Amino acid sequence: MTHNWMIGAAVAVSLGGLAGGVSADTLRLLTWGGYAPDDVIEMFEEETGHTVEVTLSNNEEMIAKLRATGGGGFDLAQPSQDRIAGPQAEFGIYKPIDLSRIDASQFIESMLTATKLNTTVGDEVYGVPHVWGTSGLVLDTAKAGMVTDYTDLCGDEVAGKVSYRLKRPTLIGFAFAMGMDPFAAYGDPVAYENIMNQVETALIDCKPNVKTYWGGGDELMGLVRSGEVVAAMAWDTGGWKLNADNPDVTFVAPESGALGWIDTFVLPAKGKADDAAYDWINFVMRPEVSAKITEASGNFTASLGADEFASDALKARFQNSFPPEAIDNIKWYPPVPAGLEAIEGGVLDRIKAAN
Amino acid sequence: MAQGTKLGFYLLLTPLVLWLGLLIIIPHIDMALLSLRERVGVGEYATSLANYRGFFGEPIYMWTFLRTAMMSMLATVVTLIIAFPVSYYIAKIAKGRVQSVLFLLCLVPFWVSELVRTFGWMILLRETGLFSSLLQWTGLADGPVEMLYNDVAMMVGLVYTSMLFMVVPLVTMLESLDDAVIEAGYDLGGSGASVLREIVIPHAMPGIVSGSIVVFMLSLGNYLTPTMLGGKDSLWFTELIYSQFIVRFNWELGAAFGFMLLILSSLIVWVTLRLTGQTLEKTMGS
Amino acid sequence: MTPDLECQGLTKQFDETTAVRGVSFSVAPGSFFSILGPSGCGKTTIMRMIAGFLEPTDGDIRIKGKSMLNVAPNKRPVNMVFQHLALFPMMNVADNIGYGLRRKGLGKSEIARKVGEVLDRIGLPGIETRKPDELSGGQKQRVAIARCMVLEPDVLLLDEPLGALDLKLRERMKIELKSLQAEFDTTFVYITHDQSEALVMSDQIAVMNAGQFEQVGSARDLYYRPKTAFVAGFVGDSNRWRGTVERVDGNRIALRTADGMLIAGATQGAPLATGSAAEIFLRPEAVRVAQDAADLAHFDNRLRGEVSSLLFNGAASRILVRGESGPEIEVTLPQSGEFANLTKGAPVHIGWSGDQTACFAAGS
Repeated sequence: MTHNWMIGAAVAVSLGGLAGGVSADTLRLLTWGGYAPDDVIEMFEEETGHTVEVTLSNNEEMIAKLRATGGGGFDLAQPSQDRIAGPQAEFGIYKPIDLSRIDASQFIESMLTATKLNTTVGDEVYGVPHVWGTSGLVLDTAKAGMVTDYTDLCGDEVAGKVSYRLKRPTLIGFAFAMGMDPFAAYGDPVAYENIMNQVETALIDCKPNVKTYWGGGDELMGLVRSGEVVAAMAWDTGGWKLNADNPDVTFVAPESGALGWIDTFVLPAKGKADDAAYDWINFVMRPEVSAKITEASGNFTASLGADEFASDALKARFQNSFPPEAIDNIKWYPPVPAGLEAIEGGVLDRIKAAN
Repeated sequence: MAQGTKLGFYLLLTPLVLWLGLLIIIPHIDMALLSLRERVGVGEYATSLANYRGFFGEPIYMWTFLRTAMMSMLATVVTLIIAFPVSYYIAKIAKGRVQSVLFLLCLVPFWVSELVRTFGWMILLRETGLFSSLLQWTGLADGPVEMLYNDVAMMVGLVYTSMLFMVVPLVTMLESLDDAVIEAGYDLGGSGASVLREIVIPHAMPGIVSGSIVVFMLSLGNYLTPTMLGGKDSLWFTELIYSQFIVRFNWELGAAFGFMLLILSSLIVWVTLRLTGQTLEKTMGS
Repeated sequence: MTPDLECQGLTKQFDETTAVRGVSFSVAPGSFFSILGPSGCGKTTIMRMIAGFLEPTDGDIRIKGKSMLNVAPNKRPVNMVFQHLALFPMMNVADNIGYGLRRKGLGKSEIARKVGEVLDRIGLPGIETRKPDELSGGQKQRVAIARCMVLEPDVLLLDEPLGALDLKLRERMKIELKSLQAEFDTTFVYITHDQSEALVMSDQIAVMNAGQFEQVGSARDLYYRPKTAFVAGFVGDSNRWRGTVERVDGNRIALRTADGMLIAGATQGAPLATGSAAEIFLRPEAVRVAQDAADLAHFDNRLRGEVSSLLFNGAASRILVRGESGPEIEVTLPQSGEFANLTKGAPVHIGWSGDQTACFAAGS
């Protein structure tokens, strides 16, 4: 991530056509940290003879990379399910999934159905689910026990010891905590902008409370571990990892509901190794393999029966953070219609610029 | 024979043309075209100046650019003020081994990546960091002191990152100044200040200008240091460009921002050169 | 009359080495004083101590009677013309010359007037706006001197300023420097390793060797009456023998060289004892050449030999003569031209007076 990445992107465009010589049984995987642990790759390579090249990224960069190459350079990518339909309609960077090549019996059926629905453009399905998790509150319960929802992050008790990302999940989370339903307003730009304007005011008022807007997971872990931050909006896994070091720190589902996300498998439009990609999907969805991924990433998968293989400690943490009513209250991201990012972008810019 | 010479000439020229063409000219043309595109619907675009209107229409963008430019200038000035005595010491006072060791010390931070260097500063400046602990230990502070996530921390990071790019041209220029010329300055009645003002600085001017241009542009184009050390108020122009391209998927506006950065920063450099009576040829040709 | 410059017991120690060892001298007002010595003899160190760039380890420097110890270089009434002149390349001629005046706080118009005046005096009027790199070597030289002289220093120091010039220009500048010195009527202290520069220009010359002055005197004194073997060898050309003293009669001695040649000579400095080792110096122009031995009868040293080499150099032509024994002797041909037809291998007689030689104890 350097300042001349733009040139890099342009080079990638011009060199995109040259990258075709890669052997078909090399799987170029664009994914998140922890989703392709070394031992899983080793097992896969041994069993199938394919080789795997992993590139770590996040939602926005995955889409930007694929957009820069028109969907080339990778054979399999893992964006969140709400970020597939919009970019596909706009940029056409994915290719449809041949569902006959997927072993549907390995998936939790409800999750597969929901993901297929959310990633359908026209008549084609573009994504199948892999890993899921939530965003909520990571708290040092000894010092920030009074925080029960996102809006509590702006309370005086935790002034100067709060951190969250300046990204869209924060806007959505605050909107829910303020009693609004941004997902319901997805289809109505005017209503959505109205919600976002209220969130903007709240977040600008909240700014003095914030120590810093965290950017990467490691940065947040450092802030909480050192005690510089006692309350943050973050992913569940971050809280659980910290819980292993300090029992006071854990992930708490906010009262207004944790935000649920599902990371998927998609095929980039110019992927060259579809066979290897389908092999990989069917391989990692096996319950015992999925358990390994859960162990590495801290998140559960859409693999049917993988829970049995998960460690007791992780299960305990999960149950602790999610009483049954909290699970029911998870707000799953619907697909983001194109154009919403522009509204959110303006809001985020103004919050950043506010003093 | 003539044929061979011609072939050799073109062979020598090829890398330069490829470099300029593939890495600089074509991407910029592409960016220019991109910046003139306006999204009118899903996958539909029209040519317009909407993105540039967007830049000038939203005060935040202009304000962010101005802030970035001012901070970069300040970083340049601070770097110059620190680098000049250091360079003078290396070029004129230190001898032999000490000289090379000092020069090497300026280089050492560049053996690790910018990310690692910035993390180093975060470890030092954070609330639970080294400086804070030291202050508490010596009794100068009652509680933890947060020195990270403010403009000063950002400035420290920028200056640190830029140091070498100022020291190298300054040392080169100062080394080319004959010691006898400095001595002549003293001999003819000059004091330290007047020798510095009338002899050393005028001689080092091309180095000062080229170093300042490089540091200014590096600071302006820096992304990591402002975002990591500057915290919630860092507000750097490159962040805006990054978020337009990556977070918003709004390449068109991002490209327009990129072009504005190019144009405005070139303008600033040009005006500064004019005001100081320097020319680019004099500076780069030295 | 107080001397313009007076040094007493001047000593400079650098770590292990002593660069200057107890040097004392004084320079009369308005005179041209040169310090002549091979490179590394310590002459530059003396100059830098006078200018104030080095602190003496011991001794005193007085200018017009005032001690200069602990006076910063920019406060001393001396100025220096550097070896490579050190004109300020970033300034034009007027600013170069005006630099010192500006430091003194003079007004703009007065500086302009003074700069114009001094440029007139050095014969380069109207070059104010030129840059140093647009000047010829000789012009730079004069501007460098003008830059110092405009400050009217008590003493002007010149550190081998002609070293970088080509031969022709150097010859001309020697004369020009001398006349500039007369023009400005200022005390010049000039250091050089080039004896001809020192001999041509100076009123007084100090010959320096290994941190000490060997002899101070006029060019004539040094040339004709060297006090040490070093001076005799360093100033001018000499034929040179080593031998043992066989006979002493007042300041006249007889010396036997290793080849068995017996030479009559005279001591210039300390007397020599019979049997001691000695060095003898003989100027080539002190030797007479003749076709006939009878013409040389009045000399106490006579020799027959043949021309082994002809060294034609116009008015300063010489020959090398090889006698029956001993090394070749360098002889200056008389300018009358009577030996113009001498050829290599021709038999000649040569002779010289013992009074024209200079003998010193060997190894001193």
